[in-house]
Amino acid sequence: MTTAGHGSGFDPGPGPRTLRLGALGFERGAHLLVRRALLGLHPGQELAVTGGDPALLVHLRAWCRAHGHGLRAPDPGGAPGGQGPGGVHARIVRGRADLDRWAGAERAGGPGPDGLAARPSPTWGLAARGALVERGGPVGPFDLVDRDHVWADVAPHLYARAAAEQWDPGRAVDWEAPFALPDEIERAVVQVMTYLVENEQAALVVPARLLARIHPHFREVVQLLAVQAADEARHMEVFTRRALLRGGEMGTSSAGGRESLDTLLTEPDFSLASFLLSVLGEGSFLSLLAFLERHAPDPVTRRVTALARRDEARHVAFGVAHLHHRGTVDPALRGRLRAAVERRHDALTDTTGLNADVFDSLVVLAAGEWTPEAIGRGHDAVLALQAEMDEGRQRRLVHLGFPADEAAELSALHTRNFM
Amino acid sequence: MTLLMGAVAYDPKTVTIWTGFRAWLRARDLPFDFLLYSHYERQVEDLLAGRLHAAWNSPLAWVRADRTARAAGREVRALVMRDTDQDLTSVVVTRHDSPVATLADLKGRTVAVGAVDSPQATLLPLEALRRAGLRPGGDFGVRRFDVGTGLHGDHVGGEREAARALLAGEADAACLLDANHLLFGREGTLPPGSTRVLAQTEPYDHCNMTVADDAPGELTGRFGELLLSMSFADPEARPLLELEGLTAWHPGRTTGYALLEAAVDEAGFYDPSGRVTAAEYAP
Repeated sequence: MTTAGHGSGFDPGPGPRTLRLGALGFERGAHLLVRRALLGLHPGQELAVTGGDPALLVHLRAWCRAHGHGLRAPDPGGAPGGQGPGGVHARIVRGRADLDRWAGAERAGGPGPDGLAARPSPTWGLAARGALVERGGPVGPFDLVDRDHVWADVAPHLYARAAAEQWDPGRAVDWEAPFALPDEIERAVVQVMTYLVENEQAALVVPARLLARIHPHFREVVQLLAVQAADEARHMEVFTRRALLRGGEMGTSSAGGRESLDTLLTEPDFSLASFLLSVLGEGSFLSLLAFLERHAPDPVTRRVTALARRDEARHVAFGVAHLHHRGTVDPALRGRLRAAVERRHDALTDTTGLNADVFDSLVVLAAGEWTPEAIGRGHDAVLALQAEMDEGRQRRLVHLGFPADEAAELSALHTRNFM
Repeated sequence: MTLLMGAVAYDPKTVTIWTGFRAWLRARDLPFDFLLYSHYERQVEDLLAGRLHAAWNSPLAWVRADRTARAAGREVRALVMRDTDQDLTSVVVTRHDSPVATLADLKGRTVAVGAVDSPQATLLPLEALRRAGLRPGGDFGVRRFDVGTGLHGDHVGGEREAARALLAGEADAACLLDANHLLFGREGTLPPGSTRVLAQTEPYDHCNMTVADDAPGELTGRFGELLLSMSFADPEARPLLELEGLTAWHPGRTTGYALLEAAVDEAGFYDPSGRVTAAEYAP
């Protein structure tokens, strides 16, 4: 590309540099070679251009004008043509618009997690982390811009795991697996599935709303929440599919249950929302899903609850890690977490909490049959489940730095709706 | 007092452009507002009638404003212009495989042009052809594409139609701004290599910010200073400059309108006192 005399390239001989364009015109990309050649010059320096395209001078003039470069060329007027000595058609006087554009540009941090800015500029907006950002772009619509408000060091790792663990609802579950259940057991399964779908919908909306507010600079958190939302989408699918597997109708949805979930949707603070949903809600759901897997009356129910539980464990892990990170830099956080639990409790104080149909269905599933002994056992098992949920919440609260007695108190205030 | 500038709304983006300039100028303590016109003729009339202090004028609107002012013993001047307003050219092109080899070969043939009031795609190239000894309408036929009449060629539609007519064989040549010849090549309206340049006009100037002699000098002076201070390196100013199609404002000059003055006279577009005399022109 640098041969002189033919083809295109530089001739860095004495006098102005010469760019030979050969037959290439501006209609077929000549501007790329011109721009490349100009990069090596300072504003005010000249670049001689030669070429055989008949429209070269016409287009060179128009291109230079639009890009802030000067042009010294034979005066047009009349028929085209006109060539200086040595076949030089024109001389470009390098302007500075392209340099000015990038004069104040800055890197949007570094590409890896070690390149995170504590508070990325809102004007970096959607620029990739580490990109060279031209100044003057729009201020992005992201209001969660503080690293400590959204980040956890484990986020990149959890995202990678989440991406690797995606499963196909059509293939991960053997929907044709043979089984037959008594009608009332089947109805209990359907009721629990109906309840799960309702909860998964809340669990999808919450991260989806939050991720749209996070500065994309915190890419791994956004990615993780996106996969979390996709996880919930699959859970909604498999639970719905199991509910309808035997052709029955969906179960009931209680006003109190929906009221409880509604309070999750309205929490605007990222850390508090993640606390209520992931740490307390989904944390409790881990126990519930394990219970369902244990007492599932059929292989499909067992499989879908097992798949969902694995995903939920990841969601809980991020919530806990994020709050742990934030708690170390913000000692006032625990007070706010406590207030959030109390606020939610107060908001739900006049509601019924868990749908009675769901509670009864859980008893029936744990009982497995309609004998007084079995029902009694089932009831005990559901009480044990609730105790296990309480214990799990307390354990996580203690991990976040709450003293044991306060953890017990707060766990007791958690919604009776589990999520 | 507020400096009031007129601009022609040839495209919806003019609202964005001048709203942006208004905010930029007012943030620098210049009381500035603008009026949008649907065509240049009323804008020029309002400038001379004292209803505007400044007008963002096409070259043709400048010619009319200058003629009208002189006829009344008054004066208008070009305050600033864009770097991209200086030294434009227009070209007359034919199809690459056309038997037309020189301008003389256009005798008896058809030349496609833009709108009746387009300096770059009609008035200036036709004047260049006159100077080459070819009378429009006499020695060759003129196929005109009147898109956006009154916008003085700001609307590129007429020019694009002229290019298409050339390609379709409905005309033997077409008149285009140099930059539009390049644009049409890149966007595919004219496939690369499909046309051959027969002639190129001498360089001419395009728009300028015209101010009238009755405008408050302090305001117009500050207006000019501020525009000239706009830097492409300033991220606040750059989007405005890019939208308006410039990289820097230059002091206005009126030395680049001679060819257009001659074209206006030859075509009978305006009379020496600035009255509209063009036939078939009703913006």
